[in-house]
Amino acid sequence: MRFVDEFRDPGLITKAVEEIHRLAQPGRHYRIMEVCGGHTHAIYRFGLKDILPEDIELIHGPGCPVCVLPMGRIDDGLALAQKNGTIFAAFGDMMRVPGTHGSPFEHKARGTDVRIVYSPADALQIARKNPKRHVIFFAIGFETTAPSTALTLMHAKREAIRNFSVFCNHVTIVPAIRAILDSPDMRLDAFIGPGHVSTVIGCRPYEWIARAEGKPVVTSGFEPLDLLQSIVMLLRQLRAGEARVENQYKRVVPWEGNRAALKAMAEVFELRPHFEWRGLGFISQSALRIRKEYADWDSEQRFDVPETRVADPKAAQCGEVLKGVLKPAQCKLFGKECTPEHPIGALMVSSEGSCAAYYNYEYRKTASLVTEISSVA
Amino acid sequence: MCLAIPGKIVSLVPDEPHLGVVEVTGVRRRVDLGLLVEDMPKIGDWVLIHVGFAMSRISEQDATEQMQLLTMLGEGEAAMNEVRGYGLEERGDFRTGEKHRLGTGKTPTVQ
Ligand code: SF4
Repeated sequence: MRFVDEFRDPGLITKAVEEIHRLAQPGRHYRIMEVCGGHTHAIYRFGLKDILPEDIELIHGPGCPVCVLPMGRIDDGLALAQKNGTIFAAFGDMMRVPGTHGSPFEHKARGTDVRIVYSPADALQIARKNPKRHVIFFAIGFETTAPSTALTLMHAKREAIRNFSVFCNHVTIVPAIRAILDSPDMRLDAFIGPGHVSTVIGCRPYEWIARAEGKPVVTSGFEPLDLLQSIVMLLRQLRAGEARVENQYKRVVPWEGNRAALKAMAEVFELRPHFEWRGLGFISQSALRIRKEYADWDSEQRFDVPETRVADPKAAQCGEVLKGVLKPAQCKLFGKECTPEHPIGALMVSSEGSCAAYYNYEYRKTASLVTEISSVA
Repeated sequence: MCLAIPGKIVSLVPDEPHLGVVEVTGVRRRVDLGLLVEDMPKIGDWVLIHVGFAMSRISEQDATEQMQLLTMLGEGEAAMNEVRGYGLEERGDFRTGEKHRLGTGKTPTVQ
């Protein structure tokens, strides 16, 4: 009973599971998308699928920043890093993501100065300490991460640190949800809204999904009970024929978001007219670029970017998996050519990628928690 | 990288009002508090940290639960590596002798 004991009120978990079984209408198949990669990871880790009624299908969304980045952007960033004296700084998640000529790690082995940082502030710190070198921070992430990059750029400008620039790949979640809803091969009933993205943007940006698309959205925390309660809230709405945005993660997510973070983003970034996403193609107004006022700290405005565009390896079906059209194991390469040890697609690299999550928890069948929860439920 | 790390503010950095020192399971690092300027945390408050920036204030109970969650997700170790990896401690910090007023309450631990 380790699983239940370690979390808040085990009784509530049992209750939520019972309530889900009660609310699910017989004969109806529910397709619920969890947008955020952190949720995907938690859902697999805790084996939630196995305690839900069969007719509730959880579809993994595009909310894994490493996964949605097209290979061309990695190639571009690494191409800039070849310039003499350049230091290429990126989060650890990026290091094993394959580019056409290898991952950042493989480039490091061949002599590029690649550094792992845990914060954009650390990349700036490397620039302070190496005034003769140029530091490129390869920025990725949704609205959770973009404000931190924004503040870092504001510090760089204030201190006039000239040997620092950001190669900006920040993306925004709402246009991706719209693209998925517009895709003809996708039928969804409801959304588990992202947790930490919503601490920044709040819940309002999802209101159109409820209003215009008629789909309920519940922003959710990451614990098993959070996710189960969110599913209860979604099923209640579906049963009553309603579509609203609700906030299950009130203890962290303010309805209006974080004003200071939004202000920092608005100061430094503007929307790109369009941006390419892996699997989803070009989506208009779906990514951020650095404003002219910060041009000196924008790698793209400062240097010539090759603007590489590369197709994914032919047999790789990352796009379909990312859209939720295919399950990870339905990709021909899954578990064969593509494994966490030898990833071909980015979804196999990050712990938030659905292929890696599926491989680690389902395919290897290491999670024995499932049976423990089932015995409670 | 979507998951946030809970930490407790143990001191503020004089002359650099946007920085605070947090403690996460005994490890102390500087983090940027600039995203919380509208609701600045005080010493003893708990925050969720993402990529070296405090992104929201939380209760002590939520902090404990968040650390448990990270542990159960198998991310406890990675979270601690991340915190240890924050490089901002280098510009004169608590190790240079600056005193801390420690708040009360226990620090969540990674098992
Ligand atoms: S198994 Fe590999 S190649 Fe196939 S979709 Fe997943 S990450 Fe992409």
